[in-house]
Amino acid sequence: MINYFPEEVLWHVFSFLTSHPDRNAASLVCKSWYNVERFSRGKVFIGNCYAISPERMISRFPRVRSLTLKGKPHFADFNLIPQDWGGNVYPWIVAMAKGSTNLEELRLKRMVVSDESLELLAKSFPNFKSLVLVSCEGFTTDGLAAIASNCRFLRELDLQENEVEDRRGQWLSCFPDSCTSLSSLNFACLKGEVNVAALERLVARCRNLKSLRLNHAVPPDALQKILAQAPQLVDLGADSFVHDPESETYNKLKNVMQKCSSIRSLSGFLDVNARCLPSIYPICINLTSLNLSYAPGIYSKELVKLIHKCKKLQRLWILDTIGDKGLGVVASTCKELQELRVFPSDLHVVGNVAVTEEGLVAISAGCPNLNSLLYFCQQMTNAALITVAKNCPNFIRFRLCTLNPTIPDAVTMQPLDEGFGAIVQSCKGLKRLSVSGLLTDQVFLYIGMYAEQLEMLSIAFAGDSDKGMLYVLNGCKKLKKLEIRDSPFGNMALLADTGKYETMRSLWMSSCGVTFGGCKTLAEKMPRLNVEIINEGDEMEGRPDDRQKVEKMYLYRTLVGPRKDAPDFVWTL
Amino acid sequence: MEGYSRKDMGCPQLLDLIPKEREWLVKSAQETNHGLPEEKKLELRLGPPGGDWTIKQVNGPKNESLLPFGHFTKAAAAAAATTPWQHQTKASFFPLMGKESSQTCRTVELQGAEKKVFSPANTAVPNSSSAQKRTAPAPVVGWPPIRSFRKNLANGNSFKLSSGSQNVVPNKDFGKKHIENCPKSKFVKINMDGVPIGRKVDLKAYKSYEKLSSAVDELFRGLIAAQSDSSTNGIKNEVEGEKLISGLLDGSGEYTLVYEDNEGDRMLVGDVPWDMFVSTAKRLRVLKSSELPTLSCGSKPGKLSLDHSMK
Repeated sequence: MINYFPEEVLWHVFSFLTSHPDRNAASLVCKSWYNVERFSRGKVFIGNCYAISPERMISRFPRVRSLTLKGKPHFADFNLIPQDWGGNVYPWIVAMAKGSTNLEELRLKRMVVSDESLELLAKSFPNFKSLVLVSCEGFTTDGLAAIASNCRFLRELDLQENEVEDRRGQWLSCFPDSCTSLSSLNFACLKGEVNVAALERLVARCRNLKSLRLNHAVPPDALQKILAQAPQLVDLGADSFVHDPESETYNKLKNVMQKCSSIRSLSGFLDVNARCLPSIYPICINLTSLNLSYAPGIYSKELVKLIHKCKKLQRLWILDTIGDKGLGVVASTCKELQELRVFPSDLHVVGNVAVTEEGLVAISAGCPNLNSLLYFCQQMTNAALITVAKNCPNFIRFRLCTLNPTIPDAVTMQPLDEGFGAIVQSCKGLKRLSVSGLLTDQVFLYIGMYAEQLEMLSIAFAGDSDKGMLYVLNGCKKLKKLEIRDSPFGNMALLADTGKYETMRSLWMSSCGVTFGGCKTLAEKMPRLNVEIINEGDEMEGRPDDRQKVEKMYLYRTLVGPRKDAPDFVWTL
Repeated sequence: MEGYSRKDMGCPQLLDLIPKEREWLVKSAQETNHGLPEEKKLELRLGPPGGDWTIKQVNGPKNESLLPFGHFTKAAAAAAATTPWQHQTKASFFPLMGKESSQTCRTVELQGAEKKVFSPANTAVPNSSSAQKRTAPAPVVGWPPIRSFRKNLANGNSFKLSSGSQNVVPNKDFGKKHIENCPKSKFVKINMDGVPIGRKVDLKAYKSYEKLSSAVDELFRGLIAAQSDSSTNGIKNEVEGEKLISGLLDGSGEYTLVYEDNEGDRMLVGDVPWDMFVSTAKRLRVLKSSELPTLSCGSKPGKLSLDHSMK
């Protein structure tokens, strides 16, 4: 009987539970399980930093070693959220420092990280090993210097697409000579100079270095020397790849590359001389991941030549300069492709045919294992989407973005409802979906009917009436995040099922039809939701009229009430 | 409306959006509707003011549409195209569960929807009328949804050296620099047959093909003259030393202007509108007309597939 089960056994069993949904479920079984689970949980994932307070997290999970936090809503990436909105990590670090948490790993996404936070982090946790910052801002290279200087056992410093102010310091030199534990170093997003000699020495003494992504400031001859020291690299990012193909340096680089037989992942090439690409041909055959989405200097012909050699590719991020034809080459070469992202390269052009539905269809026909897609395209058709749905029933993430947000089917001029409907019907495991193009309520009917596993849905310029939103809220039982902009959904949809929002992480609605009155009603009814209104205009002096439409609303479930760090322009109703 | 007899009228059919066959053109509806098993009953209970909500499957036997289901009348297409926010003829493209019965529920629902036409005026989305084909998207904040890091890539800005931000909000702590979304110049290389040293031209400095052509003429005229002077040609004297380079665009001159586009193909200059040319051209080349296939008035402008690489 469960009551007599020794805790040690439970503990052992739980040690095999790694995913937090599993652990969350286990903790609900009974008090005993709850307690064993909470003391044994080492990795804590918090999808919305305002859903819980640092203190409560620590008191429930005293043995937390690894914390993942997410701050701003997703649309912050596209400049829809003003500066100083929030998402500051400092209170979390303070609380953990006070609570003597044995923090080893911190992963942050869309949060504000100050130098002060980084310094406190560096000095408070002697076993700190891994810092991963994605799309964060607020810190400078001084903060990085603090990390480098103080974290004696640092294994991972991974900076992805952060806004970092460069103070032209010597942060890289701050890694002491005794630091030999680095296995992952990614500073590609930094804009400034680095001490190249210090970098070379660092690489030389970190024999476990597996992942290295350099920024633009590391010159090509340094790259060659670094690679010579680190032939064991598995993941390489090089933003400065301009060599004179006749030069001695280039020759050395070619030789060194051939020895880097462990490289499976390649990225960078922000500045590139395409005639130097042959130097990486030897490693192409082993590549499983290739990110050329920041490489506008590689034109279609060279791209195709390169990709033609990458037969084992599983993940490809690319610019739409590849064209439909190039995608055809991908389809015939990369049979093991699982993830494809095609980003727009030139946004200011009329009629620049980048990629269309043809490229996508070709990919779907050639790459049956495709399960994750982000595709920015000039146009799309229902027929193509239906074909894609049939060819690739395994999509987990399907994000389609037409450059013109309300463009209809390019052939029939109809809405794209049927095409997306086919996707959700066929892809029974679909967890994330972004729709675009001309769309009516019908597409939401399909989504509500078929997208049973859907957790995140992004909607823009779509739908005709409240029904659209209702179909989704009623139908998608596993929905966690819903973000909507510029769509005709109003109070009726918002208020139809207020309990639904407590089953979700968050809802974002901007430029829709919801009014202040509607939001206030919702806030009154649901005390465990924070309903936040973002007001950027200066006409919001007094209390606005209830009938006035809300420009930006963000609501989320929380256990700790309205947040105390909301700036002036954010009103929690 | 067209009837469609189905053998199993008892329980609602699953929406079958996916054709059995792989080709995506012209499959008639009848062939494609028994692909998927009918696993479960639908429980959708969102009723319009009419009550039960059933939609008839509209599949005509004379199905000429491209899609395997749905039936697009011209009227429907036209109506839908002109007013994308209102869909009077939804009936024509809803191929849904096949209970029999009428379209009345659908119409009731449509009327409700039509009343709430959403005007996108506040977001400045233009042209929500017909001809959605290649209209330039008006600048909509945050669309397409890509991060600032990715903007302006194609123009070769070393964007990572200064932070790009669409929000012109001065950050009080960091004083970020801003990249304009429309860079003011686009320098491309231009090489000329017989001239070892290339030049660079700013395509954005010219407003038309004619201006570009005369600029090219000025750039290279002197170089050509200098080269022919050094050869013992002897015909040109110093005053007449520089021969005009003309006829670059129409094939009439000794030289012709071509360019390499963003797909790597070599194209004749002058076919597309100027702005489109400026955005897609990556480099220019002045070729001897004699080296090109005949560009007489009969031939269609198109892609030249010359083998020698652009050096």
